[in-house]
Amino acid sequence: MTIFSSLRVRLSQGTQYIADLHKAVPKGFRGLPVISGAPCGADCSACRDTCPTQAVGLRPITIDLGRCVFCNACVEVCPQDKIAFTPEPKLGAVEREHLVIREGTDAMVRVRASAAFSRVFGRSLKLRQVSAGGCNACELELNAIANVNFDVQRFGIEWVASPRHADGLVLTGPLTRNMKDAVRLAWDAMPDPRFVVAVGACAISGGLYAAASGVDRGFLESVGPSLYVPGCPPHPLTFVNAILDLLGVG
Amino acid sequence: MNTSVVIHRVDHSAVPTLEPKPWRDELLQQLRAGMRVVTVYGKRQDEHVRITAVLQAKDHSLYLSKTKVTAQFGYHALTTESPALHCFERELHEQTGVRIAGHPWLKPIRYEGQEQSAMNGYPFYKIEGKEVHEVAVGPIHAGVIEPGSFRFMCLGEQVHHLEIHLGYQHRGVEHRLLEGDPQRLGPLVETIAGDTSVAHAWAYCAAIESLSGCELAIEVEISRAVALELERVAMHLSGLSGLAADIGFLQGATTYGRLRTTAINTTMRLCGSRFGKGALRPGGLGLQLPPELRREVRANIELLRKDLAIINECFLTAQTVQHRLRLVGILPEAQARELGIVGMAARASGVTIDTRHQMKQGAYKVLPISPTVLSDGDCWARARIRIAEMDASIAWLTTILALYPDWQHPRKIIGSLMPSQFVVAMVEGWRGEVVHCLETGEAGELVHYKVQDPSLRNWMGLAMAVRRNEISDFPICNKSFDLSYCGNDL
Repeated sequence: MTIFSSLRVRLSQGTQYIADLHKAVPKGFRGLPVISGAPCGADCSACRDTCPTQAVGLRPITIDLGRCVFCNACVEVCPQDKIAFTPEPKLGAVEREHLVIREGTDAMVRVRASAAFSRVFGRSLKLRQVSAGGCNACELELNAIANVNFDVQRFGIEWVASPRHADGLVLTGPLTRNMKDAVRLAWDAMPDPRFVVAVGACAISGGLYAAASGVDRGFLESVGPSLYVPGCPPHPLTFVNAILDLLGVG
Repeated sequence: MNTSVVIHRVDHSAVPTLEPKPWRDELLQQLRAGMRVVTVYGKRQDEHVRITAVLQAKDHSLYLSKTKVTAQFGYHALTTESPALHCFERELHEQTGVRIAGHPWLKPIRYEGQEQSAMNGYPFYKIEGKEVHEVAVGPIHAGVIEPGSFRFMCLGEQVHHLEIHLGYQHRGVEHRLLEGDPQRLGPLVETIAGDTSVAHAWAYCAAIESLSGCELAIEVEISRAVALELERVAMHLSGLSGLAADIGFLQGATTYGRLRTTAINTTMRLCGSRFGKGALRPGGLGLQLPPELRREVRANIELLRKDLAIINECFLTAQTVQHRLRLVGILPEAQARELGIVGMAARASGVTIDTRHQMKQGAYKVLPISPTVLSDGDCWARARIRIAEMDASIAWLTTILALYPDWQHPRKIIGSLMPSQFVVAMVEGWRGEVVHCLETGEAGELVHYKVQDPSLRNWMGLAMAVRRNEISDFPICNKSFDLSYCGNDL
C-alpha cells in the first residue's frame, strides 16, 4: 500500500454523512403504512387473515406497528387497495398504544422530547445492546447507526461494551428463555438512571415468535420500555430519529 | 426445468426404511466411497425415531437413506468413523432423545426447551495443569452482536482448546414452521438468520414449489439470483468492514461499511427491505425492477465495482493487514474435509464446494459464476475469498442485468402440496449451503420441516482453527468465519 492508494480511497469515499437525519427519507423503504378511508368489502377480512403476526384489526382497520413485520401481505390481498406502505422512517413511540395506526389518519403521534431525558442524556448517551433471539437484521441496523452515513457519535450517542457504562439497554429479539438470566444480569449491572429501548417487532411484542416455545418475555413485562422502535428490522433512521426526538436534539 | 437451486424430491415409498445396522453400514460405505454428508435428522414417533440421511456424491447427485430405531436402544454412533456427522448426531440426540452409543461428545447443540440455568449442566472440556488457565467469554459480547459463549483453555497466551457453547438464541423456529399455513411461512423463514434472509427464503420457496409442481419462468429465477448475489456482496462487505475494524485498519472499516450501504440500499430499492425481506415468495417474487429503476440499480452496481477496486487494492497490499491475517487461524484442507466444513470457509481451505456450480439449468447456467478456491485456510485466505467472491458476483450482476432487465411475471398460485413426499432444497448462501428438508403427510400436510444453516457445521471449524493461536487473535478468527448464532440455535 502506498500513500497514493490510501489517498485514492479517501477521494472515492467523499463525504458520506447525512447532514439532516430528521429530513432524510430512505428511497424505496417500506415504512409507515397509511390506511385510506375507502369502504371495505362486506365481510372482507383478507388483510387480518393473512397477517402473520395478528397486527391488523378490522372495522376500523388498524395496524399495530409493534407487531407488524412490514411483509406487505395485507397490501397484496386487499381488493380495495386500502393499505399502502410509505417510505416514512419515523415510527418510534414512547407509549405502546401510539404504535397503532388507524384508518383515515395519515400521521402517528411523534416522540415528544422529554425534559428529564434531555437534561440527563441530552449531551451524552451510552447504549448497551443485548440481542435475545434477534436474527442479526436488527443488530446489523443498530451497528449501522454508528457508521459513516448516520454517524450518531456527533450527538454524543455511543455503543458501549459494558452495561456498567450504559444509560440505555437496547433489546432486540423476542427474549429467549436461554437469555433470560443474561438479560437480567445486564440490567442489574446498569447504574441508575437507566432505561430500556425495545427494537423491532420481536422485542416489542414477540412478533413472529410471540408465545414460541423458546421465548420468555418476563423481563419486559417487569421492566417496561421507555421507547419503542418498530420494524423488521427498523431502518437506522427509525432508531436514530426516535432517540433524537426523545432527547430533543439534532 | 428452470430451477436454479439444488432440489430433490422423492415419494416416501421410493426410499426403503432399512434396519439400523444395514443403514449404518451402508452410510459408512458411501462415505468411504467419497460421498459427503448433507444432513442427518430425525423425528420422534412414540417409542421410535425415524432418521433420514442425505448424502451427496462426487457427481453432485443426492442419495437418501432412512432407518427407524427404537429410541431406547438407538444405534452406534457414526461420528467416531466420520467426524463430519458430530453436529448432526448431537442434534438428533437432543431433538429426539435417541440413544447414540459411543458418541464422544453428545453435548446439546442449543438447549431446546430448557432454562438458561440448565445450560451449565454439561461440563466444559477441561485441560488440567499448573500453568493452564480458562477464559470464559459471553454470552453477551462487547459489540452489537448476537450472544454465544466461548470457553478457552490456554497455556499462557496460547489457546489449546476452544469450546463453543451456543443455544442462547433458541426461539423455536422449527416448531413455529409447522404451526402456520405452509404457503405463508415467508416472513418466518426470513428470520431464521436475518443476514441470510434471501438464501433461506429461496430454499423454502423452491421446496414448496417442488411440492406443488409449480415451475417458474427463467426471469423469475434470475431475479431471485440477483437478490441472492446482492445479499452475498452486502454481507461480504459487512464482514470485511468488521475484519478491518478488528485489526485497526480504519480506512477499510469505513469504506467497506459505506459500500455495504450502497449494496443493501439497492436491495431496498428492489423490494422495500435492506435485507431482502419480502423479496421471494412461493410462486414468484416481491421484487420489482420497473424501467425507471434500471438505470439507478446499474449505476449502484457500477459504483460498487469501481470503488471496490480502489479499496481492495489498498486492503490487499497493506502490510499491516497481511501481518495481522497471514498464518492466523489456519484450517487445513484435510481438517476442513473431515469436519464437513461448507461454503466460503471450505473454499478458503482448498475444498471446491459451491452448489451454484452444480446446476445444469437455471440462473447459474444462463451465466455461470466460477468458483474461487484458495488453499491456505488462514484468515488472510478467508478475507481474500470474500473479496474474490464479491468481484465475481458484481461482474455477474452487471452482465445479467443487461441480459435480463425485465422480470415482470405475475406470481403463480400455489396449489395443494403433494402427499407423502420428501424434498430437500439447497441454496448457496453467502456463508455456505442452506439446507431445508420438508416432508408431507398423507393429506399433503406438512409433517416435518428441518432447517439447516451452514453455521451448524462451520462453528467446529472455527474451534479447530483457533488452536495454537494467541487468544488475542480470536476476534479476527471469529470474524473471518462470520458465523450465525441464531442460524445455529434456531
